[in-house]
Amino acid sequence: MRLSIYRYDPDKDARPYMQDHEVKLDGHDRMLLDALVKAKAQDDTIAFRRSCREGVCGSDAFNINGKNGLACITKLAELPEHVTVRPLPGLPVIRDLIVDMTQFFKQYHSVMPYVINNDPPPERERLQSPQDREELNGLYECILCACCSTSCPSFWWNPDKFVGPAGLLQAYRFLADTRDQATAERLDNLEDPYRLFRCHTIMNCVDVCPKHLNPTKAIGKIKDMMVRRSV
Amino acid sequence: MSAPAIRKFDAIVVGAGGSGMRAALELARNNLKVAVLSKVFPTRSHTVAAQGGIAAPLANSTEDNWHWHMYDTVKGSDYLGDQDAIEYMCRRAIEVVVELEHMGMPFDRLENGKIYQRPFGGHTQAYGSPKMAMRSCAAADRTGHAMLHTLYQQNVRANTQFFVEWMALDLIRDPQDGAVIGVTALEMETGEVSIFQAKATLLATGGGGRIYQATTNAFINTGDGLGMAARAGLPLEDMEFWQFHPTGVAGAGVLITEGVRGEGGYLLNKNGERFMERYAPNAKDLASRDVVSRAMTTEIKEGRGCGEHADHLLLKLDHLGPEVINLRLPGIREIAIKFANVDPVRDPIPVVPTVHYQMGGVPTNYMGQVVAPEGNSKEAIVPGIYAAGECACVSVHGANRLGTNSLLDLVVFGKSSGEQMNKDINSMPRPQRNLPKGAGEQTLARLARLDSAKGGERVVDVLNDLRRTMQMHCGVFRFPDDLVSGVAKMKAIAERAARTYIQDKSKVFNTARIEALELENLVETAMSTAVSAEARKESRGAHTRSDHPERDDKSWMRHTLWYKEGNRLDYKPVHQRPLSVETFEPKVRTY
Repeated sequence: MRLSIYRYDPDKDARPYMQDHEVKLDGHDRMLLDALVKAKAQDDTIAFRRSCREGVCGSDAFNINGKNGLACITKLAELPEHVTVRPLPGLPVIRDLIVDMTQFFKQYHSVMPYVINNDPPPERERLQSPQDREELNGLYECILCACCSTSCPSFWWNPDKFVGPAGLLQAYRFLADTRDQATAERLDNLEDPYRLFRCHTIMNCVDVCPKHLNPTKAIGKIKDMMVRRSV
Repeated sequence: MSAPAIRKFDAIVVGAGGSGMRAALELARNNLKVAVLSKVFPTRSHTVAAQGGIAAPLANSTEDNWHWHMYDTVKGSDYLGDQDAIEYMCRRAIEVVVELEHMGMPFDRLENGKIYQRPFGGHTQAYGSPKMAMRSCAAADRTGHAMLHTLYQQNVRANTQFFVEWMALDLIRDPQDGAVIGVTALEMETGEVSIFQAKATLLATGGGGRIYQATTNAFINTGDGLGMAARAGLPLEDMEFWQFHPTGVAGAGVLITEGVRGEGGYLLNKNGERFMERYAPNAKDLASRDVVSRAMTTEIKEGRGCGEHADHLLLKLDHLGPEVINLRLPGIREIAIKFANVDPVRDPIPVVPTVHYQMGGVPTNYMGQVVAPEGNSKEAIVPGIYAAGECACVSVHGANRLGTNSLLDLVVFGKSSGEQMNKDINSMPRPQRNLPKGAGEQTLARLARLDSAKGGERVVDVLNDLRRTMQMHCGVFRFPDDLVSGVAKMKAIAERAARTYIQDKSKVFNTARIEALELENLVETAMSTAVSAEARKESRGAHTRSDHPERDDKSWMRHTLWYKEGNRLDYKPVHQRPLSVETFEPKVRTY
């Protein structure tokens, strides 16, 4: 197969360029990551992040033939012979396929991503019904790969002001947790023309999420909570 | 290369997986200046891939207590585990799991609102009765993910200072007394080396399962802490013991949790026979992992494997029904569809025993303090250095780990290490020791060699040969000739690893350089494994030799210690005496 890989090393390149690599696949190569690893075996200067190779760590998110996804769970059989791999859009490139995710994590950190409960902790676990626990399904599974936020035009324009789909999905994960007591504080934190309301339900996030999560739906629920508390 | 910058902290944690982040939380509570170094963003650490659960005798579904858990763990270890450390871990299990829940970890729930628990291999009621204990506290089949993210979130709240994508390279020891007083580390984005100086340094770097060709382990599991310890003259303990998980996806290596069998799934051979009934009449598919992996390998060797090449077995779970699968095993379904092209709601998953976990590691006591022979003591505390999690050998897993005890190990010993570090730092004089002359030179020399090499061995070639060698020579069943030739091959590979060459000379995020440095750590991990395995002339837990098929308590009820220098071996006794209860005497181990 032919891989076109975005290359840029600030140490020596004046500007980025695309570089083609012919990779010979065999029966063991299932996923795009296998092909990238093979390309790197031929040319060790290609730089990208990867770790778990099974879609749970969130390291190897790239823009693959124009769409964000994880290389390790993108099947080669479902890709054409020629594949173009670029870094995630909208974030500064450090080198080749490696982007600077500072802004992305800053937004995640800004939503107070932890359960807040000021009651003295009981001796055993806090109780939660299976139904209440189910509310967290589709939220807690996020792997922070940034496929969603970097496919979102609102995040591209305002990465410093708009929390973005990944951060908002997690904001709702804690709003939805019956053990959390900081609902008002959390909603105050998002009550702003940009932080939440820059979501225009374009739904690119839902389209690209490799874990099949739905940030748009979560954002809608936060907006509902905002409306309900204002009436 | 310019002299490294020096950064001073009270404590350093190397690694941001489950144990490192649990320790960091403990240190944060003491208002210490702490640096957590990680070569990946914390939630990318391999703890994230743990699936089935974390053990604690909460007794939410079946009667249970720590004594039973302790018995199962001692038996599971094939009596090589240290019984003081095992008692310590089992007695703190409820406390640390309840803490995780209070931190917000999204455990599954029972109708009464308590944490959901499922059965797991080797976990029984009443000291090995045929009744299984429901002891594994689970968040669907994503328990590690739920735990790692929760610990990260708590560290965000505690304002922990992370150095993300900094790879620690070498320990710095004070030549006066051997105390560890810091580490060197490479900032991947800039290529700069710094010295991190501290009164206490914790290795929490995880395992080195990438020494095998077929592994459930992530790319990052390259035994970095083991390499650092070995190069600094510290021993590695019980490295011959590697767990083969019974159910890795055939061909892909990706893990399928034992929780599948905990929920009622089972293994079949090509005749559709539930063969585990023959090998473990009581526990069947929920026998210990070493037992199940040996049974599977035997089935394949005797021609009862499945598929065109008769090289795998089948894990059947469709009888659980789509509801249970979607609720309790959704991640497994996703993995099977992606990596095995089967939907387990209808079809069984092709599986083979696959390397999964390193029982050995840097020797510690149950407070995380690194211990090594010195003078008359086999276990003198090495000042300033601690280890926790998979890179440490406490030893609670002995010759074979029980499923769900690894996540427990991370939080119990992450916490106890943090507590001990707090205590030790508070009792030290305020000013830091002076760095010895030439601190960091070892690291700079390694990097300079790589940068100046104009030719040599390709990293990927040496790596592939290393992984193939370990797979062929140190597998589920081990043969004396293979073990001897494996050591010889590893020695040749180690020589080649010292002559590697990389094309990439960039300062900026040079992943070729990182992989070359990781290879050096993998070499120490693999060499210690090969040498220790060749020497142990018995079969115990995960170490099974064709020429010595029985356990030999008289000669081999002892821990191996391997030293890099001269591939020297030493041994030390097993702690058979627990803290407060009677010793569990070694018995024939059946399930």
